[in-house]
Amino acid sequence: MPVYTLEVEQVVQGIKNREFSAEEYISQLFERIEKVERKLNAFVTLNKKGGLERARRLDKKIRDGEQSGPLAGIALSIKDNICTKGMKTTCASKMLESFVPAYDATVIKRLMAAGAIIIGKANLDEFAMGSTTEFSRHGPTRNPWDISRVSGGSSGGSAASVAALECAASLGSDTGGSVRCPASFCSVVGLKPTYGLVSRFGLVSYANSLEQIGPIGRTVSDVVSILNVIVGFDENDHTTTNSSKLTYSLRERNGLRVGLIREFTEGADPRVIKIIYKAADTLEKQGCKCEEVSLPSVQYALASYYTIATAEASSNLARYDNIRYGFDMNPEGYEWNSYFARARSNFGDEAKRRIIVGSYVLSSGYYGKYYLKAHQARSLLKHEMETLFKKYDVLIGPTMPILPFKLGEKIDDPLKMYLVDIDTVVANLTAMPAISVPAGFADGLPVGLQIMADQFAEQTMLDVAYLFEQAAKVQRSPEL
Amino acid sequence: MTTTKIGLEIHCQLTGAKSKLFCRCSSDYRGKAPNTNICPICAGLPGTLPLLNQKTVEFAAMITLALGCKFPDEIAFYRKNYFYPDLPKNFQLTQYNAYGITSIGVDGKLEYGNGKDARIRRIQLEEDPGRLVYASGSMDSSAYVLIDYNRAGVPLVEIVTEPDFAEPKNVRMFLDKITSIIEHLGVCDTKLEGSVRCDANVSIEGGNKVEIKNISSFADVEKALRYEITRQRTMASREIQVRSETRHWDDARKVTKESRTKEEEQDYRYFPEPDIPMVMLGSEFISFIKQSIPELPDTRKERFMSQYGLSAHIAQVLIGNKELADFFESTLMIYLSPKEIANWIVTDLMSFIDERQREEEHSLFAGLKIGPEHIADLARLVDQDMINRATAKQILSQIVRTGEMPSALAKRMHVSRIDDASVLAQAVQSVFQMEQVAVQDARRNANVANFLLGKVMKITKGKADPKIALEMIQKKLKED
Repeated sequence: MPVYTLEVEQVVQGIKNREFSAEEYISQLFERIEKVERKLNAFVTLNKKGGLERARRLDKKIRDGEQSGPLAGIALSIKDNICTKGMKTTCASKMLESFVPAYDATVIKRLMAAGAIIIGKANLDEFAMGSTTEFSRHGPTRNPWDISRVSGGSSGGSAASVAALECAASLGSDTGGSVRCPASFCSVVGLKPTYGLVSRFGLVSYANSLEQIGPIGRTVSDVVSILNVIVGFDENDHTTTNSSKLTYSLRERNGLRVGLIREFTEGADPRVIKIIYKAADTLEKQGCKCEEVSLPSVQYALASYYTIATAEASSNLARYDNIRYGFDMNPEGYEWNSYFARARSNFGDEAKRRIIVGSYVLSSGYYGKYYLKAHQARSLLKHEMETLFKKYDVLIGPTMPILPFKLGEKIDDPLKMYLVDIDTVVANLTAMPAISVPAGFADGLPVGLQIMADQFAEQTMLDVAYLFEQAAKVQRSPEL
Repeated sequence: MTTTKIGLEIHCQLTGAKSKLFCRCSSDYRGKAPNTNICPICAGLPGTLPLLNQKTVEFAAMITLALGCKFPDEIAFYRKNYFYPDLPKNFQLTQYNAYGITSIGVDGKLEYGNGKDARIRRIQLEEDPGRLVYASGSMDSSAYVLIDYNRAGVPLVEIVTEPDFAEPKNVRMFLDKITSIIEHLGVCDTKLEGSVRCDANVSIEGGNKVEIKNISSFADVEKALRYEITRQRTMASREIQVRSETRHWDDARKVTKESRTKEEEQDYRYFPEPDIPMVMLGSEFISFIKQSIPELPDTRKERFMSQYGLSAHIAQVLIGNKELADFFESTLMIYLSPKEIANWIVTDLMSFIDERQREEEHSLFAGLKIGPEHIADLARLVDQDMINRATAKQILSQIVRTGEMPSALAKRMHVSRIDDASVLAQAVQSVFQMEQVAVQDARRNANVANFLLGKVMKITKGKADPKIALEMIQKKLKED
């Protein structure tokens, strides 16, 4: 079995015990990437030279008997909206076509300190706005299970690269489901942490109050390995929680109380519903108590999400005026307002749509009607969720209400596209953690089980995810 | 009689805070090579997050207390969205009260200039933008503009008054008081170019409000207001309606003029900054500020009166300018003769101050080679009857330019009081012989005695003690 198929912990041990070298591992991965990448388009930038150099240095360290970190040698892809010093960070946008960050995001610093190797930057929807990775300047990322279908988004490149064995794990960002959606569509594990658990410093903002960086891996164990390295307080992010060092583990537990959210299954594709009910049965068999529960205010979730997200986005994206960084454009002959307008016409359609909607909901006279209302709905939803978590350890449902669809199928219908986020936005609006775990296949296409928990109850959520994973044994990587 | 209403917006840089409002860069940007005093945060690079400088909140709270404003329970920051090349993020982080009071201070009142007062509407913390530098010095004649972000992010406190001023000269008095207060608080070095700026709004007879911007010095505020009031009155007298607009103060021509670009009614689309959580002030914080607040001008004035026995008028002049009050107290450290020293400073030293140079160099004693040690020395010479007052004045007028110590100059001039009565009597005798007509007049009109005294002083080259000489003259007038 090639080494690139191994789990994170196996790779770390293998390199440490010199069963294989980091250089062999990384070289094998790049051979794999060369083989499958043209089918998928999961990467925006590859870091072959830098990755191999780092691997060689690690090998030398190990030969010299030096200590290696908890992720020593692990190959990661990083969503291209997370800043990597000296490595282009484009957000899949013309607006950042040639932007090379002068600093590393906090999560990157922590991963590097743990010995990880960044082998490339993963594709995404422009500025993480989308659910298919079709809104990328670099073209769509295809689903490894069926390359005529979308990989999900916006962290499509991250999930596809993990599923296709192009890397061990990845970092995505999740503003309204952007880690969990592609994880579900690509049959891998994707985790969105509690808001404030992981530093956002260095994550190019789309909607600050909603988003978190989250790991994507082929197993719950892999996701935990990454999570343990990136979590915790960061002096560069005021919204990180000031707690002592958190560590998560894989535990065998039973007797957990599970609520299946009725509203999540009601509107879903019957093929998806079937698999989710089966997943609930599996949990029952493992000693969980499952019940159907209701979350009525979920009806306001999408409207609330798109109001808040676009409002914040319209302001966050204002800085891209091509004055300080961006792309090549001669300013000669422009008065500055016309230069702004001309430069900013280079945003893609979806980004433009959200900037316009966001500017509208914030404009004077409409603030109370939309933005404040959205926040009221958000509070209501949070309150309902908190009430449910008094009775249940976790809440489950499908991650996505539908199966991965064909490329181009929804790209011209924004409203249809937004509707697929209905089950994922709840976790972002309520600041609560959620994970998507592979639940099975319908017509050969992956379905993800979403498990949600109360704020900072990641361990309980992971307990259920691990329990399910061990019992369900769902296939992780497709033939390519 | 027309009713004039003037309101002010004063911006004061918190130069005492040392670092910028949302990053660790120095707040001292002056004299640095362009774009060297910046970091990823204040340059607004993608992925960066603002970090609130705690010190600036303390400073703003001190100003809030000093201006008699109330604190809200918690403060928040808002994004003010607009495009301008000097804004790295194309929004300014500021404070806003339309959706609930969350700026650091509101509803204050400040007494100034003997019993007048003005209400303070609001005090807020915000970031300074960068600076635009025009190649040819002006916007109209430059083909391009250069941007220096060294200033971007420097902490500002904005003080907004109600339109409580009717007279430009009262505005000047108010501004002097504000200056003295922030100097006493140690939050702002007002001597630095551009560290305090003022915009004003003016309306007459309940008409439309006109904003005047770009007033670079406090001295010009008074001029700009006088010009604008005259302009509006002239228009009113010709029955032309004054338009509601923003006008710019043309420093060179000393007129207000229409803005070159029409500033239409801007919609700033304010919304709360998601990356900075609300800051709870709390009673502990407020009492900490109360304890740490330095002596304010009004308290200092009372202390000057009670501790040093100064008159209200003299004390007022001294505390009107912190530099002057500090000069006074530094002098007392050397030689404790409060009344004498206060008189020397207020009535004599002040007359040597060059207003133009003072404005240019932002220093009261600009161009004068004098320090507390000089005034202390001078006062001692007078107190000990070593020289008379007239001689002392003469000495002062020389040393302000040379910087020589008064006692040294007195020695060099060999001036000690003419205490030999016969020498003085001789001088009086010769004046009586030379000025026989005046002597006759003096017998009828006592005031003419002063003329004779002047003559005596002249022929003794000011060395005579005028008190004794006058006594002698009066005695002689009665004798003959």
